[in-house]
Amino acid sequence: MSTRREIRLILNGHAVRTTVETHRNLVEMLHELGLFGARESCGQGLCGCCTVIVDGTAVSGCLYPAVAVDGKHVTTVENLDANGRLSPVQQAFIDSGAFQCGFCTPGFILMTEQLLAQHPDPDEDAIRHYLSGNLCRCAAYPEIMDAVKLAARLKARPTGRNSAE
Amino acid sequence: MSEFGRSVPRLEARAKVTGRAEYVHNMRLPGMLHAKIFRSTLAHGKIIRLDVSTACKIDGVHDVFTGEDIRKIIPEPYFGPAFHDQPILALDKVHFVGEPVAVVLAADPHIAEQALQAIDAEYEELPAVFDEVEAARSDCIVHEVLKPAGTFADLKHLAGRRDTNVTLDYRLRRGDMDKGFAASDHVFEHIFRTQQVLHVPLESHASIAVPGADSLVIHTSTQTPSFVRTEIARLLGWPENRVSVRVPFLGGGFGAKVYVKLEALAAVLALMVRRPVKVALTMEEQFYTISKHATTFRIKSGVKDGKIIARSCEVFWNGGAYADIGPRVAQKTGFTAAGPYDIENVSIDSTEVYTNRPPAGALRGFGVPQLVWAYECHTDLIARELGVDALEFRRRNILRDGRPHATGTVMKNTAIDKVLDRIAERMNWQAPLDRGSGRVRRGRGIAIGIKASISPTTSGAIVNISADGSIVLYTNTIDMGQGSDTAMAQIVAEVLNVETELVRVVHGNTDVAPYDMGTLGSRSTFHMGNAVRRAAEDAREKLAALAAEAGLPIGTNYDVRELFRKRYGMQAGNVIGTGIYVPAYTPPDPATGQSSNVTPFWMAGGSGAEVEVDTETGQVRVLRLVNVADAGKPVNPKICKTQISGGAIMQLGFTLSEDMVFDGGQVTNASFADYKIPGFRDIPVMESEVVSAVQETGPFGAKGVGETATFGVSPAIANAIHDAVGIRVTELPIKAEHLLRAMREAEGRPLGNGE
Repeated sequence: MSTRREIRLILNGHAVRTTVETHRNLVEMLHELGLFGARESCGQGLCGCCTVIVDGTAVSGCLYPAVAVDGKHVTTVENLDANGRLSPVQQAFIDSGAFQCGFCTPGFILMTEQLLAQHPDPDEDAIRHYLSGNLCRCAAYPEIMDAVKLAARLKARPTGRNSAE
Repeated sequence: MSEFGRSVPRLEARAKVTGRAEYVHNMRLPGMLHAKIFRSTLAHGKIIRLDVSTACKIDGVHDVFTGEDIRKIIPEPYFGPAFHDQPILALDKVHFVGEPVAVVLAADPHIAEQALQAIDAEYEELPAVFDEVEAARSDCIVHEVLKPAGTFADLKHLAGRRDTNVTLDYRLRRGDMDKGFAASDHVFEHIFRTQQVLHVPLESHASIAVPGADSLVIHTSTQTPSFVRTEIARLLGWPENRVSVRVPFLGGGFGAKVYVKLEALAAVLALMVRRPVKVALTMEEQFYTISKHATTFRIKSGVKDGKIIARSCEVFWNGGAYADIGPRVAQKTGFTAAGPYDIENVSIDSTEVYTNRPPAGALRGFGVPQLVWAYECHTDLIARELGVDALEFRRRNILRDGRPHATGTVMKNTAIDKVLDRIAERMNWQAPLDRGSGRVRRGRGIAIGIKASISPTTSGAIVNISADGSIVLYTNTIDMGQGSDTAMAQIVAEVLNVETELVRVVHGNTDVAPYDMGTLGSRSTFHMGNAVRRAAEDAREKLAALAAEAGLPIGTNYDVRELFRKRYGMQAGNVIGTGIYVPAYTPPDPATGQSSNVTPFWMAGGSGAEVEVDTETGQVRVLRLVNVADAGKPVNPKICKTQISGGAIMQLGFTLSEDMVFDGGQVTNASFADYKIPGFRDIPVMESEVVSAVQETGPFGAKGVGETATFGVSPAIANAIHDAVGIRVTELPIKAEHLLRAMREAEGRPLGNGE
């Protein structure tokens, strides 16, 4: 069970070399590296709490073998405020009160970042469709809907992310 | 600007959107071992043999323990808030499929989990009982003797009862039932059922115990740190001050994390191996840990001239294999079984039973949603039968302030009438509804309910002002998403006239924060809120005393920092304000349930639903869900509204999709793949409203709201379905198949079994 492999990846913009056991998933590896924004909840890739961006695509970190990120770009929620400022999506989630316990929030925020990168002005149906793989047991869905729309407006402003603050 | 009533963003908002909020789920400590649990595969059986020798030998396994190992350290290793009936690991018998039987410890949780496969258990199977009505009379006895914990006075009489599954038989009697029914023009009787469901907070339960030289620290995802400390100290025979319970944020709670869940196991393992031990559940394991009672409710009403004059309620609560807080659900919630109606003659028999299912406890509403399901479907059926409008019938019978509730307690500050009015207005009830005539039919329904709060109960808080004027609040109220940190800080800020954002909240630490009964039953805003207000007022008075000492005339606008410097000669010292809140309470008479003061306050809530039913498939679509609550004056209107819509959506899941499916006591859908909670596509148009009301005894007029929106959702939807297609659903969840079968049956062309 305890085969270890050395892997190299670009984690939140930084080159990282680390050793992982082959049976570990990506969430566990990130926890080892001190990043806790991606969390395992349902363990089946159905709730979105473990969302991580690998080479530009959102994946379920609980189903993604850690060794499979060898040579890839990995981005987690912790990267969004790397410059010390919240992203417009993060700010919109705060302004709209779009979370309660916060456990699912990083997953929703990363998916919203992806959504807005692909569809800068989504309608409600597109938002529901895109976020249907993320579950919120506190059910802040109405507020999340507001937050995504607000984030789209904030991002559309010519001044970009500064306007969010 | 007033801090109370301002929609302050959550104090921990930044930590939550950046993924940096602390949960026990994230915690790891040097030298920590992970525990994985070996569980019973049988619903009821004697443990004949338990062989862990092979598992012990697996590479990477640190240790394997059974119930017998624990008994060597704690001779009576049974815990529970109501009864001391739950062993830390099974002893002698197993009582449900999924019960913890043994545990493997390893540094790598995967190794621990794999080693579970190597444990060999042999049981002698015993007959099992699963249905709550059957269990009340069954010869199949789950526990030989009842062992009340002694915590609750109203359970003491059960001590030593043998050969029964009945964990509580609560009775309420008011008026004369025979006379009431005899005087009625019409008598209606129905039976309603609800299914077993569960909380599934996205952060599953997790506890880490850390042994010290003569102490124990437990980091745990609990809603009740004070109770955990008391219970662990009792089990270990230690004074409470040697046990420290610490709680960061919870990734949801909803009642799943009240009282002791994994803490006793983590504690005893840590003491045995002298290392930190983490016990963390998977999502599947939540299904074997705690759930919400399935119920059967027989309700009978006598009506004269459009007024309900008699109502008898017989409720059976399926408590599962361990009592947890179930007996209290049967009592504290049972006494509201007749609903928010002004009825002269009432009898309630509320019976909780042991069965061989996973335990049931508290889940958002503490049993009230199950009761409202029955009494509001029943109310609608009566109105329909009498040919009276559903709203008008409720208005005629509603319980108004100044009138006695079935318990004898006179209603006060309970805006049931306003809740009903606002639902009706938002639903535009007087206007006709286009019900459709084709394949898809539309309907609408309403429902209202009430809930009592908890008593006897205690909350304490400390407000600490440092010499630089900064303020810390110490409280054992746990923020599990409901926004209590922010609300409590707002109360401090209101009293001390500072900005909420300047108040820091230290929550969930029994070493520093005073006793609190628990974050449960929508009690924190009221009970802890009152304690926090008192603590802040105490601090304010002490500051004023400092000012007087410094020779400042009363009413002077002073700089707090200056006061400290004058008193201590430098930036030093503290002002400590303390507050304790214990509401008045009169215990109910055991024979009649009558009490002049049965609850510190009432919650009132209701829902209106508009639905579409596809008559060819039985599919129900909720188009619109209106939820109205009496929350007194909301501390934080924005968060309050999110609590309302969140509670309603959770109940929407319990209404249309969520259902623990059993086969011989085994849950067969213990995962999110098969147990469907609401997602983005399931959300109807949501409208949430707090009526204009004041809870005079609450902090600045506030009271709890966490559960209120759950009350009316299920019956409002069933009533809307009845309105749409003329079919009455009496059992939850409302499944397309059942509805289609009922519709086809009503049309005289029933579906065959194979269809």
